[in-house]
Amino acid sequence: MLLTLSSDQELFSETTVKLLDELVPVSELRRLRDDPMGFDRDYWRRGAELGWTSLLVGEDRGGGSIGDHGLVDLALVAYEFGRHAAPGPLVVTNVVAATLSETGHGGDQPIEGLLSGTEMATWCLGEAPPNDRFGNVTLEVREEGDDVVLNGVKRPVESAVGADHLLVTGRTGPGLTQVLVPAGAAGVSVAPMHSVDMTRRFAVVTFDDVRLPATAVIGDAGAADEQVDRQLERAVALLNAEAVGAMQAAFDMTVEWAFDRYSFGRPLASYQELKHRFADMKTWLEAGHAVSDAATGAVAGGSSDAWELLSTAKAFIGDYGSELLHDCVQIHGGIGVTFEHDLHLYLRRHTLDRALYGTPADHRQRLADITEIQERPA
Amino acid sequence: MTTQDVEDISTFRDRARAFVRGNLRPADSNQLVGPLRNERSDDEELAVVAREREVQRMLFDAGLAGICFPREYGGQGLTPEHQRALNEELDGYEYPSRIQAPTLSPCAAVLLDFGTEEQKLRHLPAILKGEEIWMQFLSEPSGGSDVAGALTSAVRDGEEWVLNGSKIWTTGAWWSDWGLCLARTNWDVPKHRGLTVFILPIRQPGLDVHRIEMLNGSKEFCQEFMTDVRVPDSDRVGDIDDGWTVGTRWMFHERMLTNSPLVTVPAGTTHGGGATPMAAVARDAGRGDDPYVRDLVGEARMLEIVDRELRRRIGEGIATGAMPDQSAAIGRLFVGVTAARMRTIAFEIAGAAGAAWTDDDGELAFSGSDFLMRQVSCIGGGTTEMARNVISERVLGMPRERSQDRDVAFRDVPRSASSRP
Repeated sequence: MLLTLSSDQELFSETTVKLLDELVPVSELRRLRDDPMGFDRDYWRRGAELGWTSLLVGEDRGGGSIGDHGLVDLALVAYEFGRHAAPGPLVVTNVVAATLSETGHGGDQPIEGLLSGTEMATWCLGEAPPNDRFGNVTLEVREEGDDVVLNGVKRPVESAVGADHLLVTGRTGPGLTQVLVPAGAAGVSVAPMHSVDMTRRFAVVTFDDVRLPATAVIGDAGAADEQVDRQLERAVALLNAEAVGAMQAAFDMTVEWAFDRYSFGRPLASYQELKHRFADMKTWLEAGHAVSDAATGAVAGGSSDAWELLSTAKAFIGDYGSELLHDCVQIHGGIGVTFEHDLHLYLRRHTLDRALYGTPADHRQRLADITEIQERPA
Repeated sequence: MTTQDVEDISTFRDRARAFVRGNLRPADSNQLVGPLRNERSDDEELAVVAREREVQRMLFDAGLAGICFPREYGGQGLTPEHQRALNEELDGYEYPSRIQAPTLSPCAAVLLDFGTEEQKLRHLPAILKGEEIWMQFLSEPSGGSDVAGALTSAVRDGEEWVLNGSKIWTTGAWWSDWGLCLARTNWDVPKHRGLTVFILPIRQPGLDVHRIEMLNGSKEFCQEFMTDVRVPDSDRVGDIDDGWTVGTRWMFHERMLTNSPLVTVPAGTTHGGGATPMAAVARDAGRGDDPYVRDLVGEARMLEIVDRELRRRIGEGIATGAMPDQSAAIGRLFVGVTAARMRTIAFEIAGAAGAAWTDDDGELAFSGSDFLMRQVSCIGGGTTEMARNVISERVLGMPRERSQDRDVAFRDVPRSASSRP
């Protein structure tokens, strides 16, 4: 998280923390373990009232940011979501809301529901193996007269159970097409998946000859590549912030444990072997904060190195964050792998965020591409 | 000074840009390699040093040296933000790398913190003009990490001190001018309470500079032998026997490395050590399309950027007080480990050319010997183990390691066999 916040941002962040502490304490997360949606609609509505879904929406559409950039504000929320392992479709709903706001698609109608928290949206992007590498899209959007017809399978789709609007990214010829599909449209089927996270739910969403009027297309068919890229930027930035929050929670918990837990008559925190591992973890943690904030700032500011920073952050936080979380487990010993202990809540959240929207390896490949372009003599 | 006197950033940036583009040569990555490779003759090295002094003087004359040093000592009295702007404008151009660390930080930084008015007026302008290159006379052969265990002795003789002992791991002492020296002035008190800091010219009778040959043939690291070197009391820095107060701050400045607002380092400079563009290594290896090699190239770029952003965060945190000064050790640990990893990556990409190469192998040529020297980044400037101690004990507040040298007279502290009297 940023070292310096404006007083408004600080207040906003504190209010978010208060609401999360009140509505989704660890006991509640445990209660939601088998809940089909993973959270109560009332919880989401109250978060929306606070501004969780309005930060990327223009003021003319009823949204607005706290500071100069809504994405920076929203990253503060995402960070606290990670630190609390909080439920709710924060990333996907905001990605959809931002796109609807930017494109003006659908007028005021779908956005109002998202802003008030009475409705939810999700983004159908990823596909089944072997088409599951970062950025791959094969779902077909065919134009037929005044209609479009969707065929394909999307997975994992977050909060597909409960979502009212599905933003589907498909392909029309060489270009990408985005369609806003009502959840109940004929030909759409949703099959829940298993997930590592405690409260985030995912599903396989199948589009079998789903026919919609062409007005459901956001922008023009085959011309959505740039819009999709912007969505990916936002999603990766928010996921990074959330993953760092999970790292912070696990680290703080483990430092406390090291002071409290005695063996051989001395606290764990007095063993040099463990102290040195804590020093490594502290370094990775601060590095994660640094690069996540830099990437978010670059996206928010429209900087040309935004993807380089995003991929750097996604790769680093994914890899080093997993090392941190598993070392926290190791230092806890047996209790660290039990359900009773809370550590796994953060391990789950980080693990989820690492695997979604490109693995560390996917992002290293992207970095190699970017580096090669930069170093090629002009 | 009132705020109106401070040049605004964009005017400053324009001025810096005009100077840099109009006067400086493009960066030559080979010049930055420094002591970690053995590829230059002594004459060539001396020519590089002379050019760096010249560039430093040009920066001084252009009002671009010592951005964050007070004006009364030849600096510009500007802010870290100005320094950052200069660093950004210098990206891709030559700069006086050998005058940054240790001359500007920690040596000049320590003078700023503890020097007398006379010392500051005499040395800081000369440093900023490139006339004085400084070395840290800190480590000793008897122990690297335990710097407070210094055995070099200073004995008072009227208005002078007489120094005897040996210092080690000074980089380029053979072409340097002044030393900042930690010495023992009292053997009858615990180790931290009997130290004093002095400054002394390196080229003088009684001070022999011996060049150490490293495993790769480089001879830039030196060891100094001091025999009855006389230092006037006016060249003492800080109080007698209070050298550890100076030393603590000294080591903070050392850990700040290029995070320090007192040093000038082009923004794009790779701190991964060796400044090797990994994509160029992959290209010269003909393996630019190999997915595994691309993974390594991506990792290298990732580490460079994370290092840069981490340094920025720590610099900001320390400057605003959001982080304790000791957090500088976090940056030190990361850059050490990262630089070592960079060596491994380059060596891995190079394949068999890492073991045997020709002069035509481009970026591959040094990957093997660089790999042999890999741990330098985790040793020089305070080991990464010490950084881990500092982070866990001073940043996280964990219990200190037990030691056998507290609350006993230093002369009674157990020593290595080789340094017993």
